[in-house]
Amino acid sequence: MLRLTCPCCGAAADETELAPGGEAHLLRQGPGSSDDAFEAYLFQRKNPYGVHFERWRHAHGCGKWFHAARDTRTLEVFGTYSAQVSAPPQDILDRIAEKHPGFSSEGGQ
Amino acid sequence: MATRRYSAFAIAREAARYHAGWDRAWRAPEPKKHYDVIVVGAGGHGLATAYYLGRNHGIRNVAVVEKGWLGGGNTGRNTTIIRSNYLQDASAAIYEKARSLYETLSQDLNMNVMFSPRGVLMLAQTEHEVRGWKRTAHANVLQGIPTEFVGPQRVKEIVPIINIYGPRYPVLGALWQARGGTARHDAVAWGYARACSAMGMDIIQNCEVTAIRQSDGEVTGIETTKGAIGCGKLAIVVAGHSGRLADMAGFRLPVESVALQALVSEPIKPCMDVVVMANTVHGYMSQSDKGEMVIGGGADGFNNFTQRGSFHHIEETVRALCETFPIITRLKMLRQWGGIVDMTGDRSPIISKTPLGGCFINCGWGTGGFKAIPGSGWAMAQLVAKGEPGPLAVEFGLNRFREGRFIDESVAAGVAH
Repeated sequence: MLRLTCPCCGAAADETELAPGGEAHLLRQGPGSSDDAFEAYLFQRKNPYGVHFERWRHAHGCGKWFHAARDTRTLEVFGTYSAQVSAPPQDILDRIAEKHPGFSSEGGQ
Repeated sequence: MATRRYSAFAIAREAARYHAGWDRAWRAPEPKKHYDVIVVGAGGHGLATAYYLGRNHGIRNVAVVEKGWLGGGNTGRNTTIIRSNYLQDASAAIYEKARSLYETLSQDLNMNVMFSPRGVLMLAQTEHEVRGWKRTAHANVLQGIPTEFVGPQRVKEIVPIINIYGPRYPVLGALWQARGGTARHDAVAWGYARACSAMGMDIIQNCEVTAIRQSDGEVTGIETTKGAIGCGKLAIVVAGHSGRLADMAGFRLPVESVALQALVSEPIKPCMDVVVMANTVHGYMSQSDKGEMVIGGGADGFNNFTQRGSFHHIEETVRALCETFPIITRLKMLRQWGGIVDMTGDRSPIISKTPLGGCFINCGWGTGGFKAIPGSGWAMAQLVAKGEPGPLAVEFGLNRFREGRFIDESVAAGVAH
C-alpha cells in the first residue's frame, strides 16, 4: 500500500486515508486564454512513465492538500511538499536526481 | 506457409498420427525494411486493426510489432465481459458492432473464441441507478439494441444465487442484455493473429518501439529494438502506454494510465450462468468455463504503471460481492492481477488522426476495451485505410475534447465500464 507523509500535519498516511488529486503544477487558465491553452489545461496530461508530480489531499486526516513526487513505474515516493508552490522544490529534485541522473522537470507545464 | 484449417476432421486426422502435424498458429518473421502499415501493439485491438485492414480494405503488407508477447497486456488480463448497452449513440453503435462481430468471430477466424452470449445483468441498487438504467433501456430501444429493465424478482430468477435483500444495497432491478456475455480472451488475440499471419502479415513480438521517424510532419517509420522499419502509415494501439508512444510522435493525449485489478477464485461447480455487474458497490462477477468465479472491481485513482493495484480496492470489491452473493463468502481466491488502463476524461475511447501525418491512434478504452475489440479494429482499419474516420469512429476524434463534444459514459455507465 502506498504511504505518504502529509507535509501539513506530519502524519504518515496510508493510501486509504488520502484522496488522489491528479497532475500537479498545472497552470490555471482563464478568460483571454487561447483554445490551445484551455485544451491543455483541462484535458491533456503528462501521464509520465516514471517520475510524476501530483496533488493529494489528506482527506481522512487534516484535510489539507499537498504535493507528492512519485515514480509511476515502482511507486517509489521521493517526498511530499507544500501545495503552496508552483514547481517542485530543489531538495525533492535532488532526491530524484540521485536515483535518475539527468532528470529534468518541466516545472510549470 | 499455408495455414491449415482447424476442424473436427483435422483433430481426428491428427489424433491418428500422434498430433505430429500441427503447425505454429502464426509465423515469427524478422521485420522487413518497409511496410505499407505498421500497427504498434499486438493486443486484441491492434491485431483486429490489422485483420480488418487486410479483410475489408485489401491492405496486407502490414506488420504488427509488439514489445512483449502477443495478447500479454490487457487482452490477457480482463474479465472478458461483452455487452453493448450504452447510453450514448456513438458508444452503442461501436460496441454493438463489436458484439455482433463476436457472434460470428469463431467462424470468421476459424478459431473457437468461445463467445458465450449468456446474458449480462447490470444491477440497480439505488433509486438513481434505477432511473439511470431505465433511461439506458429506452435509449437502447431507439438504438435498436435489445435490452430491458427487469424487476428484482426477475433478477432472482435469472441469478438464483443472488441476495436481492442486501442490508446496504438491496437489488431494486437491473438492466438485462440477453445477448451480452463473455468470450475466451486469449483466443480472440490468437485467432486474429493466426488470421493476420495467414494473410501474409508479419507479427513481430519482443520488438519494442524506441522512436518514431518523421519528416515534414509525416511519419516515415519506427525505430525498434530489432532495428529501423519504414512505413507508409502508422497505427498506435497500445492502451496504457499510449502516452509514451504519443510522446515519441510529438503530441500529448487526454489520457491517464491507472491500474485496474481482477481476481479469480478456486473453481467450483456451475452456479451462475450470466454476468452480473454491480456498479454501485464496485464489483462484477461471472463464472468461467473452468468454474472459477471471475471478479473485477474499481480502478485506482492515481497514475500507475506497475500492473498491480491497491489492496483496498480488492477488499471493497470482495466485500460488496459477499453481500450480494453470500454463497461466495467461503471461496478462496486463487489469483489476482492488474492491468494498466488508459482513461480519458469522458471515459470514451479515442480513434483518431493525430497531429503527425500518417499516424493514427486508437486508445482510451479504459476499463472496458475487451468487449470492443472487433468493432474497434473495424473502425480503426477504416480510418487507417481511408485516412478519414468512418461512421463508427467519427465521434471518437481527439478534437472532441477541444470542441466540447464529449461522449459522456462516465455518467452513463458508472464505474464498471
